[in-house]
Amino acid sequence: MCLKHIACKNKIIVVTALLSGSKFQFYNEQEAKKYSQNSRMIEIQTQMSERAVELLSLPEDQPCYLLDVGCGSGLSGDYLSEAGHYWVGVDISTAMLDVALQRDVEGDLLLGDMGEGLPFRPGMFDGCISISALQWLCNADKKTHSPPKRLYRFFSTLYSSLARGARAVFQIYPENSEQLELITAQAMKAGFTGGMVVDYPNSSKAKKFFLCLFAGVSGVLPKGLCSESTDRGVSNQAQFTAQRSRFKNMKGKSVKKSKDWIMEKKERRRRQGKDVRADTKYTARHRKPRF
Amino acid sequence: MKLLTHNMLTSHVKGVTKGYPLIIKATEVKVNELEFNAQFVSRMIPKLEWSALIQAAEWLGQSQDLPSALIPDYENDEEFLRKVHRILLEVEVIEGCLQCPESGREFPISKGVPNMLLNEGE
Repeated sequence: MCLKHIACKNKIIVVTALLSGSKFQFYNEQEAKKYSQNSRMIEIQTQMSERAVELLSLPEDQPCYLLDVGCGSGLSGDYLSEAGHYWVGVDISTAMLDVALQRDVEGDLLLGDMGEGLPFRPGMFDGCISISALQWLCNADKKTHSPPKRLYRFFSTLYSSLARGARAVFQIYPENSEQLELITAQAMKAGFTGGMVVDYPNSSKAKKFFLCLFAGVSGVLPKGLCSESTDRGVSNQAQFTAQRSRFKNMKGKSVKKSKDWIMEKKERRRRQGKDVRADTKYTARHRKPRF
Repeated sequence: MKLLTHNMLTSHVKGVTKGYPLIIKATEVKVNELEFNAQFVSRMIPKLEWSALIQAAEWLGQSQDLPSALIPDYENDEEFLRKVHRILLEVEVIEGCLQCPESGREFPISKGVPNMLLNEGE
């Protein structure tokens, strides 16, 4: 959560925002200004935007049409403009968008709630980035809101808004593994493939998580950055595909009548002392139905 | 709101099937200057709904001399690309609203930012 980087004196305001997660507790004018004027914040956001664009793997030297979800005051958008791209930003906070207007950002801004779905025609964008914004969808601020439903509505409309083969990169600070699972489950349900790229997995300060999603084409997941003396054993990727593993080991037991099941049953009966045929190469061989 | 964005926007209210294109009712329009990039404009043209763009330009009184149908060899016609660049990226709606053609529901535009927030139950 981007809130980590704000100085301690703001912690009280910041913690209330974290806990309630209500639409109205999103950044108000005071917080919006602080967020955008803090030079350390600007530096970090710019670095993360740079890495996110790198992970997008856009064709070189070509201006693209991108979506910035949770664009806020336009810190990430400025990086996109500098890289020569055109962008559309969506954010729920009027205060943050006002700051973006004051900063005269080049992208077009929309006031909207990503959990309500993106209001675009299919196949319009060459890519999508989102810096420190996705976690807002995981909080339920109203009783009628269901985070999985909102996540799904967001991901499914995003999937259709992206051109075939486009990518969406989300920089997130996952609170726990349940939150991560919730997000990835809904993304996969919407049709995305992809995985997590973790930069500097061994440094608690520098560690960054990027969720890379591919729309329509299965790509090769980029490698996470790591410092030179890392433990080779630490993996910094987690790939997941659209494959669903059905019926495999439901309830921890083998599927009935499969070879595993037959072998286990034979073992069980041998242990009971019963008379069991020896295992040959024909054991558990598939027979034709009329057998 | 630039007309390039307007060409992409639809109404995402539940149950609406023909929420595109949104009707523009503008009370304030501004024309800025933006650096011309021929590559970007010619890449975006196939993605556009040309008739919706012409209609939007007419609503804003900026249709000038844009053809009502796309000309075949537009990539090499710089003058044409410049006209498209102007209408897509330089004309901005500052105040007004967007109306859904099916339900009549209005999305207000303030300071150039359209408010696409939905109400309860939409």
